[in-house]
Amino acid sequence: MSEKIVTLSDATFDEHVKGSDVPVLVDFWAEWCGPCKMISPVLEEIAEEQAGKLQIGKLNIDDNLEVTRRFDVMSIPTLILFKNGEPEVRLIGAKPKGQLLQEIAAYL
Amino acid sequence: MAERRKVIIVGSGPAGLTAAIYAARAQLEPLVIEGEPSSNSDQPGGQLMLTTEVENYPGFVDGVMGPELMGIMRNQAIRFGAELRTAKVSRLDLSSPSPFPLWIGDPNADEPTVEADALIIATGARSLMLGCPNEERLLGYGVSTCATCDGFFFREQHIAVAGGGDSALEEALFLTRFASKVTVVHRRSELRASKIMQERAFKNPKIEFLWDSVIVDVLGDTKVSGIKVQHTTSAETFELPVSGLFVAIGHEPNSGLLKGQLDLEENGYVRTIGRSSRTSVDGVFACGDVQDHIYRQAITSAGSGCMAAIDAEHWLEERGE
Repeated sequence: MSEKIVTLSDATFDEHVKGSDVPVLVDFWAEWCGPCKMISPVLEEIAEEQAGKLQIGKLNIDDNLEVTRRFDVMSIPTLILFKNGEPEVRLIGAKPKGQLLQEIAAYL
Repeated sequence: MAERRKVIIVGSGPAGLTAAIYAARAQLEPLVIEGEPSSNSDQPGGQLMLTTEVENYPGFVDGVMGPELMGIMRNQAIRFGAELRTAKVSRLDLSSPSPFPLWIGDPNADEPTVEADALIIATGARSLMLGCPNEERLLGYGVSTCATCDGFFFREQHIAVAGGGDSALEEALFLTRFASKVTVVHRRSELRASKIMQERAFKNPKIEFLWDSVIVDVLGDTKVSGIKVQHTTSAETFELPVSGLFVAIGHEPNSGLLKGQLDLEENGYVRTIGRSSRTSVDGVFACGDVQDHIYRQAITSAGSGCMAAIDAEHWLEERGE
């Protein structure tokens, strides 16, 4: 995994997401989800390209139910973009890179 | 100038990747336009990316996970020199004889992106939705087309599955791992599913059936709270409180790009000629679920992908290429 991606957990979520100077795009994922695997390389690329402007975080829902429930995630992959700690955009389902970037562009 | 290839394969499920393995081994340097990430069956790897255990694919005595199987096929195609491009074809033109132009990205661009001497169509099929008023609005908020992706979120809850075929029962059985109860809503009084799946479903204490019933709406403000069901014979309607609805009512072929360009069956599937993968357009071959509404198995798809690669190879040889 790219060094630019941060692994989030129930314990560290608030600290990372609320304490971030840049927007954080959180990927709610799990090992057993096929479409989650598909977008993983896309997120790696975005993390490299947008470094300094956008932080990508990954939250494994199997191990982190508290945060998963707090944001009512009911389908994965779900990507939520947080700005100043607040959820701004929610993207449900895997999407191509271009479309993904387009949907978050206004918040960067 | 558009890049010209001897063989281009559109789609990367078992049909497309098997065609790629055979075409690559025949040194035709195939290009596979594999699709883009999505949560539907149009993603690279196709419908098997949305399944868990595949128990009936020969060679895997203990079964294999769908995404793992597709990963293996992909690597096998790459090993023999197939090139895979993570992109979607936006337009293709079969009106003039080979080479056939294909567009990736802007479909109105003057120049096509690539040109194929022989073209193999392996675009597969996608899940049908119910089409009831609030289904799309609640997709991802309790309505799902992917039990393996979303079943986890319905622990100890009552959920419904729409459909009566193998995929519906597979989803229902998988969902019993999480849900307290799974109601299968089926519009007929008997199932289309295979006997072994029926037996398993009937034996499972968590699964119950609503026969002769159709779902006419999904209820809920911010997430699913129930479904509205209509009995097909009495026309009576009632509400069933469930927190999730999984839709598995069948498939339709991904043949939209081909409409008006080659012969399709009345139901939209690509018509192939005799016992071959040839289509009504010389040099265009079709394999997998886009041309098969009868068998629709990973193994029959793979088999037909092999046929398409061999047919394309012979066709190119006959042209002296």
